[in-house]
Amino acid sequence: MDRIRVIFKREFAGYFSTPIAAVFIVIFLMLSGAFTFYLGNYFVRGQADLAPFFNFHPWLYLVLIPALAMRLWAEERRSGTIELLLTLPVTMWEAVAGKFLAAWCFTGVALALTFPMWITVNILGEPDNGVIFASYMGSLLMAGGFLSIGSCISALTKNQVIAFVVSVVICLGFILSGFPMVLDMFGWAPQFLLSAVSSFSFLTHFESISKGVLDLRDILFFLSFIAFWLFATVTVIDMKKAE
Amino acid sequence: MTTMVEIKNLRKTFGSIVAVDGVSFTVGKGEVLGFLGPNGAGKSTTMKMITGFLTPTSGTVRVCGHDVQDEALAAKTRIGYLPEGAPAYHDMTPASFLTFVGEMRGQRGDVLKRRISEVVAKVNLQSVLDQPIETLSKGFKRRVGLAQAILHDPDVLILDEPTDGLDPNQKYEVRALIRAMAQEKAIILSTHILEEVHAVCSRAMIIAKGKVVSDGTPAELEGQSPTHNTVLITLSGVETTIAHDRLMTVKGVKKIEDQGKDGDLVRLRIFPDEGQWILQDVGQFAREQGWDVQELYQDRGQLDDVFRLLTTPQQALS
Ligand SMILES: Nc1ncnc2c1ncn2[C@@H]1O[C@H](COP(=O)(O)OP(=O)(O)O)[C@@H](O)[C@H]1O
Ligand SMILES: [Mg+2]
Repeated sequence: MDRIRVIFKREFAGYFSTPIAAVFIVIFLMLSGAFTFYLGNYFVRGQADLAPFFNFHPWLYLVLIPALAMRLWAEERRSGTIELLLTLPVTMWEAVAGKFLAAWCFTGVALALTFPMWITVNILGEPDNGVIFASYMGSLLMAGGFLSIGSCISALTKNQVIAFVVSVVICLGFILSGFPMVLDMFGWAPQFLLSAVSSFSFLTHFESISKGVLDLRDILFFLSFIAFWLFATVTVIDMKKAE
Repeated sequence: MTTMVEIKNLRKTFGSIVAVDGVSFTVGKGEVLGFLGPNGAGKSTTMKMITGFLTPTSGTVRVCGHDVQDEALAAKTRIGYLPEGAPAYHDMTPASFLTFVGEMRGQRGDVLKRRISEVVAKVNLQSVLDQPIETLSKGFKRRVGLAQAILHDPDVLILDEPTDGLDPNQKYEVRALIRAMAQEKAIILSTHILEEVHAVCSRAMIIAKGKVVSDGTPAELEGQSPTHNTVLITLSGVETTIAHDRLMTVKGVKKIEDQGKDGDLVRLRIFPDEGQWILQDVGQFAREQGWDVQELYQDRGQLDDVFRLLTTPQQALS
């Protein structure tokens, strides 16, 4: 457990010792602001809530999270430090968890820095702060889901560009699987399969949390989703670390 | 001698490539074992299995009594490892990198600080301690890797090409450092610099195509050289053929090779019969003949020759 903390600390500090932190946070804040105000008609709607802000998060994460996750393991493999890390007295799980948690906390920091939005709506009106809080939690959980996919794909290759592209495609799949349009394309499939597919959609779970209901099932969905992909990461590293 | 590393029938295949093919040996405390072998012989792959990074296809590795696969953590705490090319986190400074490795190994606070300053002094890193590793020269990077490997004073030290890319002074320092630690540890290092074997190893193992083809002290290895115990003589003012024919009459001489003329100097290499020492007899004979002997010495044998002989099958045949 303590070694997870040590890895976490190194990784987390790593974001800030490189330009990654600054670039990621600035772009995240700019894009979330732009989406909300221009595309989301934040002012025109005349409603004091942050729904337009949160509605764009899945799409924001689709691009930004794979960019953050692509270096997690690909970089370790490219530079050979994976050999150093995994010959220290540490289990594969601790290494995977430590790196993942650092990336997740880092997105948490970026998300937390959007707090001026929250303050603004409170000045402009009387929003339901419970809903906003739940939405933040949902957004963070969803970010974790995206990151866990990125972690696994990044373990598959030394090439960060490939890691990025493949992660985006897979993440897109998990967003779209809840869209009626996409489900229609699979109209031939049996109903239980369709509902199984849509139950894996990030949108379904995120939207249900953003309504202000922190349902245990939605939380469990994201947590077990993360656990599954981290497990896949461990397996992939074990298989491919020699290359 | 306490056995520290015990390897049995170690094998590793990558698809159809057999990288390590049934290697067995033990290394005891106080030994410095040198892995010699051409590129692709399987030295690094063997080391990666000893340190637990790669899972063997078959066979076992025990480090200080712990099976590297079954009791990975226990084994890993006893090992210090410098991977090939000395990888390190390039955005960190040597100071923060060593702190990270120390903390991963369970060292904390003042103990860790003291340990880091000891190790930093040992490998001469003081001047670059707070510079990002990516800005360091190859020599410094290698020393950061060494510092990291000896930080926890491990019982077993695995060094993959520790002096590769260093200048002669740095090589000398690193070898001195390894020799100084040898008493207390079991050390395995790989190299393709043969002089290194004399400089640091108490035992040398030649590996070719994943197999151990020779294992012994550096002197024993040299004993396998075709030129082992041959006598080299340089004469002036004598015809080559005359010198050759007369020397053949000396007892114990098997054959003589002309090493080529240099001005009026005649150089001959004299091969003894199996197990014979002919240096004194040859010297006395030359004096009796009244030859002008410019040079006379016995060759211990060249490691290079043994190395080539054992690692290139075509030459062994010819
Ligand atoms: N990850 C890998 N995948 C496929 N082949 C490998 C891999 N690692 C090493 N090899 C092969 O195994 C053999 C031994 O390599 P290595 O142990 O690195 O040799 P050395 O360190 O003695 O130069 C080589 O033929 C090399 O190409
Ligand atoms: Mg090698």
